[in-house]
Amino acid sequence: MALSRLSSRSTTLFQPLAAAFPTTLRRHISTDTTPITVETSLPFTSHLVEPPSRAVETSSSELLSFFRDMALMRRMEIAADSLYKAKLIRGFCHLYDGQEAVAIGMEAAITRRDAIITSYRDHCTFLGRGGGIFEAFSELMGRTTGCSKGKGGSMHFYKKDASFYGGHGIVGAQAPLGCGLAFAQKYSKEEAVTFTLYGDGAANQGQLFEALNIAALWDLPAVLVCENNHYGMGTAEWRSAKSPAYFKRGDYVPGLKVDGMDALAVKQACKFAKEHALKNGPIILEMDTYRYHGHSMSDPGSTYRTRDEISGVRQVRDPIDRVRKLIISHDIATEKELKDMEKEVRKEVDAAVAQAKESPIPEPSDLFTNIYVKGFGSESFGADRKELRATLP
Amino acid sequence: MWGILGRRAVVVDGGFSASCLRSRMRSGLVSARSYAAGSKEMTVRDALNSAIDEEMSADPKVFVMGEEVGQYQGAYKITKGLLEKYGPERVYDTPITEAGFTGIGVGAAYAGLKPVVEFMTFNFSMQAIDHIINSAAKSNYMSAGQINVPIVFRGPNGAAAGVGAQHSQCYAAWYASVPGLKVLAPYSAEDARGLLKAAIRDPDPVVFLENELLYGESFPISEEALDSSFCLPIGKAKIEREGKDVTITTFSKMVGFALKAAEKLAEEGISAEVINLRSIRPLDRATINASVRKTSRLVTVEEGFPQHGVCAEICASVVEESFSYLDAPVERIAGADVPMPYAANLERLALPQVEDIVRAAKRACFRSK
Repeated sequence: MALSRLSSRSTTLFQPLAAAFPTTLRRHISTDTTPITVETSLPFTSHLVEPPSRAVETSSSELLSFFRDMALMRRMEIAADSLYKAKLIRGFCHLYDGQEAVAIGMEAAITRRDAIITSYRDHCTFLGRGGGIFEAFSELMGRTTGCSKGKGGSMHFYKKDASFYGGHGIVGAQAPLGCGLAFAQKYSKEEAVTFTLYGDGAANQGQLFEALNIAALWDLPAVLVCENNHYGMGTAEWRSAKSPAYFKRGDYVPGLKVDGMDALAVKQACKFAKEHALKNGPIILEMDTYRYHGHSMSDPGSTYRTRDEISGVRQVRDPIDRVRKLIISHDIATEKELKDMEKEVRKEVDAAVAQAKESPIPEPSDLFTNIYVKGFGSESFGADRKELRATLP
Repeated sequence: MWGILGRRAVVVDGGFSASCLRSRMRSGLVSARSYAAGSKEMTVRDALNSAIDEEMSADPKVFVMGEEVGQYQGAYKITKGLLEKYGPERVYDTPITEAGFTGIGVGAAYAGLKPVVEFMTFNFSMQAIDHIINSAAKSNYMSAGQINVPIVFRGPNGAAAGVGAQHSQCYAAWYASVPGLKVLAPYSAEDARGLLKAAIRDPDPVVFLENELLYGESFPISEEALDSSFCLPIGKAKIEREGKDVTITTFSKMVGFALKAAEKLAEEGISAEVINLRSIRPLDRATINASVRKTSRLVTVEEGFPQHGVCAEICASVVEESFSYLDAPVERIAGADVPMPYAANLERLALPQVEDIVRAAKRACFRSK
């Protein structure tokens, strides 16, 4: 009964790709930056704002970098799946495969001075900000070579030098935090914006609306990005939101609905949103996307959606395949060249995993580091304070 | 520079008020706060206001945020005049949305600004407690030092007068249990100035617990404390009154009650040492234990709920570190184990009174050596 409802609603997820692209003269694999114009798969739907054009400017080198970077993200998440099953990754592990176009398209539209903050599904966002796969795998396996020195784990990746502020475990908390980052950018006159990512599950949180209200009142340069993968853990959007038109939920805040599986559409929307936020305050972007894995590694992801739905999206809307087809049809590279690239990426990921596996675990004394910046010589204790205690510098 | 200022401040405090009290005791006068002609007095309210003002002046990254802090001049007038002086880009009136504006404050601190977030009372901080604990306190640790959070959460804490159960809770024990937070509780005007300035300058998140009933009280204040560079050290308690028979530890408004209790005890030949904790986290276990090792008796006092309170932590610390020095069981005087009632007589019964502290100290003293 529930499943039949599922299949009738899930057909909306299978949006066919746009029609044929113009053929051009054959070119070698290139770092060519001559502009190519591509149409997005779908037009943008908007709320309280004129949508941007469907024609997106890109280039051979950009498309190739999209392909490679998304392939790297995809491989990383699949490797993480294996490591989790091998019990080398513990606790929670929320994978992003399927959603890569959001991270990649966003990075193409912004700079490292623009800030990003997201939820616990943060591995690929970290990579997009310039984080390395070795640091990522090390962190997942709790090694000191991890991006948070093994102290954070899967949900707490950060890269402050690239304006990436994590990595947050509490659903929706990143919404006001991100508006706070935008506040700081405006306060310091930085001419930069903050992209705050949250899911359809978080989209009903009260604190999101509190933050939106203040962002709109104070004209903060905040872009709120709802990564709508249609499931908040095991609860489909139609079961949790009276209105799942998340791009309209801002009411007085303009919004745009974007095909989140189309990296170029994401890029166009983010570019548009950044310009808007700098001039007019907050805007919401709803990215229509999909996660192939369940909510986390503890969730098979198939009790609340059909395997047909998952494989259907993979066949029709996969973000990497979309860019692959674009590259081939524009004669930027051959299918074999792209497959070779994927093999290279796989080798890179395997090497990083192997290196991370050999990396050291933290010292016991690391238990007591970074509690405070200034500890003033106060004490912290282990389970038995007569056995284990430390003075905090 | 910090350490030097801290030491100087402590010497001045100890020297001034301790000698002042000793001279009063000898002459038999009761007043705890009389002063030599010519020295200044300041209310806690003015002390807090001047502290925020000076820190805003010194550092353009410091800004104030909260309900009614700007145009209304502050619900309790702590932020009076700041909007006029610094403008709307430094003083922000927020809507009544604690979760939202606290999160925004923490996010601003992630990016390196120094927010001073006011809760109209700490009862309302519960609406934002996830941001205080999970977004602020734990970030430096989870990020292995990449993201520090130089934020101050301040406002009145604990019981006022007749405001009922939802507006009277003390949050010291809850916040002080969290590693990554610092929790301060001033008593006097000097405490208010020195601790708030230290809190605003501090690179870590600080919960600053004021007391509404203390805002209007005047205290003597030294020239040292009026200087704009004045700071008190975080993590150091102050011995308000030296004694040798029993140690009384407490914080905030109860310091005044403990000092009154000490006067009464002195009349009966019991010399009480009163410790003003000032810092609930880090807790100055060294000063507390050194005092108990001297007096061999402990009475801990707080206004908050008795179970799992600050007093419980102090008692445990003393029993762990100074067991063989104790000549009597440790005593706790705390708020009653009830939601705060409204009726005046019941409210009085629900809060520690001077006679409760006196009684507990006497109990601690009438044990065989």
